[in-house]
Amino acid sequence: MLRIEPRELSNPMAPAPYVVRSVSRETADTFTLVLEPLNGASVGSFKPGQFGMLWSFGVGEVPISMSGDTDDSTRMVYTIRSVGQASRALVTTRPGVSLGVRGPFGTSWPVDAACGRDVIIVAGGVGLAPVRPIVYRVLRNRSEYGRLIILYGTRRPGDLLFRKELALWARQPNTQVLITVDSGGQAWRGHVGVVTTLFRHARLQPARSVAMVCGPEIMMRFAARELETLGVTTSDIYLSMERNMKCAVGFCGHCQWGPHFICKDGPVFPYDRIRPLLGHHEL
Amino acid sequence: MVVAKEQESVIAANELGVLIAALLRRDYEVIGPVMRDGAIVYDSVESIKDLPAGWTDEQEPGRYRLKRRNDGALFGYAVGPQSWKKYLHPANVRLWAAERENGTFRILNQEQRLKKRYAFLGVRSCDLAAIGVQDRVLLEDRRQDPIYAARRDGVFIVAVQCIDAVSTCFCASMGTGPQARAGYDLALTELIDKGEHRFLVQTGSEAGRDVLAELGQREATDEDRQLAQAVVDRAAAAQVRHMDTTNIRELLYSNFDHPRWDNVAERCLACANCTSVCPTCFCTTVEDMSDLSGEHAERWRRLDSCFTLDFSYIHGGSVRASTKARYRQWMTHKLASWIDQFGSSGCVGCGRCITWCPVGIDITEELEAIRGTVADGNP
Amino acid sequence: METLERIIAEHPFFAGLEAQYTTLLVGCASNVRFGAGTYIFKEGQEANEFFLIRQGRVALEIFAPQRKPTIIETLGEGEILGWSWLLPPYQWRFHARAVEQTRAIALDGRCLRTKCEENHDLGYELLKRFAKIIERRLEGTRLQLMDVYAAD
Repeated sequence: MLRIEPRELSNPMAPAPYVVRSVSRETADTFTLVLEPLNGASVGSFKPGQFGMLWSFGVGEVPISMSGDTDDSTRMVYTIRSVGQASRALVTTRPGVSLGVRGPFGTSWPVDAACGRDVIIVAGGVGLAPVRPIVYRVLRNRSEYGRLIILYGTRRPGDLLFRKELALWARQPNTQVLITVDSGGQAWRGHVGVVTTLFRHARLQPARSVAMVCGPEIMMRFAARELETLGVTTSDIYLSMERNMKCAVGFCGHCQWGPHFICKDGPVFPYDRIRPLLGHHEL
Repeated sequence: MVVAKEQESVIAANELGVLIAALLRRDYEVIGPVMRDGAIVYDSVESIKDLPAGWTDEQEPGRYRLKRRNDGALFGYAVGPQSWKKYLHPANVRLWAAERENGTFRILNQEQRLKKRYAFLGVRSCDLAAIGVQDRVLLEDRRQDPIYAARRDGVFIVAVQCIDAVSTCFCASMGTGPQARAGYDLALTELIDKGEHRFLVQTGSEAGRDVLAELGQREATDEDRQLAQAVVDRAAAAQVRHMDTTNIRELLYSNFDHPRWDNVAERCLACANCTSVCPTCFCTTVEDMSDLSGEHAERWRRLDSCFTLDFSYIHGGSVRASTKARYRQWMTHKLASWIDQFGSSGCVGCGRCITWCPVGIDITEELEAIRGTVADGNP
Repeated sequence: METLERIIAEHPFFAGLEAQYTTLLVGCASNVRFGAGTYIFKEGQEANEFFLIRQGRVALEIFAPQRKPTIIETLGEGEILGWSWLLPPYQWRFHARAVEQTRAIALDGRCLRTKCEENHDLGYELLKRFAKIIERRLEGTRLQLMDVYAAD
């Protein structure tokens, strides 16, 4: 007969209420929400790369990576792209409304392990949001890191996220920000081409670098391969993977990718661990 | 395979009624095999009369039939379409309800308590192993599922040693049977010979000894033990299907593009029967809903299957859009990834997926085809 | 001020070329400069040169009816502009416009074509290098085609 000692102290499936403080539009379909806990309670300690499950009352939940300063325990910032019913409910909310949040979940970017090294961030599309906490961390502790290189690509100029911040980051010491779009109009005077075309213009020191890559899977696959060719060690390249998520606590089975549960073994993975899986169709 | 000499008694077959009563008196809800709709399923049992005495089953790929037997055996059949996950990992659970309140919301009703603990009567060795597999997944990993924990806590298990096997059984090659060796409170081996219908009883716990003490019994003789050993050995020898698990992880991980996946995909209907009857499949989904007023919301957990198109949906489409990808996922997970995740195979060789597949896909045959020991082409 | 010789000899694109070929290339090379907004070449024109960009940015553009011109790629410092000079019908496939003030080394394709016909070894060396560029551009273009950032 098995007797069981209950281990869970709180129900990981029940969201806590957070109040929407602001909703700001980043692009045509992407919005940033700032949430604060009710009654001045403290936010759970999120690390860069971790995600929360955001719930709109009665509608549904979606996994969203934190996109703000994870060292700020008074609020949570999420940048959400409206792609379905649940995410649309989140972006159309208003200040003062309560949303439910569960989390933090998942593995985080190796911001501590990257101390003393160059940090290369390669982001695509809305993938710039989950890496923004890394930039905040590095810039706040600038002397602890080497070069900071941010390579960002998206579809069109109108889809660029955080344009003002990108310009601000570009002016920081020992920091290089390169931006590209897949296609541009004549008014666009910047770079055009996939994000991998930026590598040759970056002041990289591959052997001294830790690379963190976030964006559509195909983009990450090509970027990681390119980084490896340039000489970044495969165990120093990190990708943030995405799969269908329902419970976020490793029980529902939806987020499985090979033997990995994206919600608990990821979403951040070192490239050398997942490279064999990346090449396979429909895995 | 030696049946332990200590703590063995013999009870008359009828004494099973006393066993059930003893469990009911201890406030267990007794779940056992009953016959319904042409199959042996699990349901609440109040007396020995509820058990399917004198029935046996024939199972083939895609075929299940009950037939009468002439010896009145109470447990003369293999496993049916249901498994104990029906009770431990139920198909529909309300996780919580929530109400709007003061401009925000409040979560209510999170308790997951059962009114009574369960006593499972008639747990086969393969199913005992399956319970162990789900224990590992839902209790012993990084987190503990409170719903499973609440239901699993204090379950009284009366195992039944298999005296026969159907053609779809392959527990022997999976190392999960046909003999149950541990994890039970009591284990019964049904013996019918020389007109004496009885059970050899092994105790596996203090709770089991406690219940047994209330039953009329005698000490087991060497003859009882030998007969018990013989019937279990026969159950092992009768198995015609086998799964060779040598290097199974490496085999499946290095064959994502094997042509056999295309072959099985032509037959598989993605009906999800296999995941429904499999005693270890644990995948669930979460459904959020609210009432018309929008003031009241609920979150439900429901059993799900990796065979559905939605299972792997992310914006832009499903990652595993083809039946091929989904069958490959199920089989690779069950036989290989599970080992990386939980330290053992996810398959216990119960054969249900073979029996209940409407087109009779046989997981043991599919594995052999990938190994290359079966000629390609339809079975 | 770097000489043309040194720039060409040290450029990764020409790495491994025999000295005699490098000298030959230098003989076909000249410094050029384009003001911001200038069209370096246009679609359909005869392609008789290629460029090694030393500074600035060049946009490759395609025009379609009822649509504004679309920039499909930009090339910057150190990159090679133009391969259409190498293969018949020797016509540019798109427009190339200097986005900003751009300095480059222009190499005389017509002259080089003749030399390649006479000396197949030289032709093979150049073709190998250009094939690599075309492969990379193709890979990049295919990724762009996949529209990976689209919502659906």
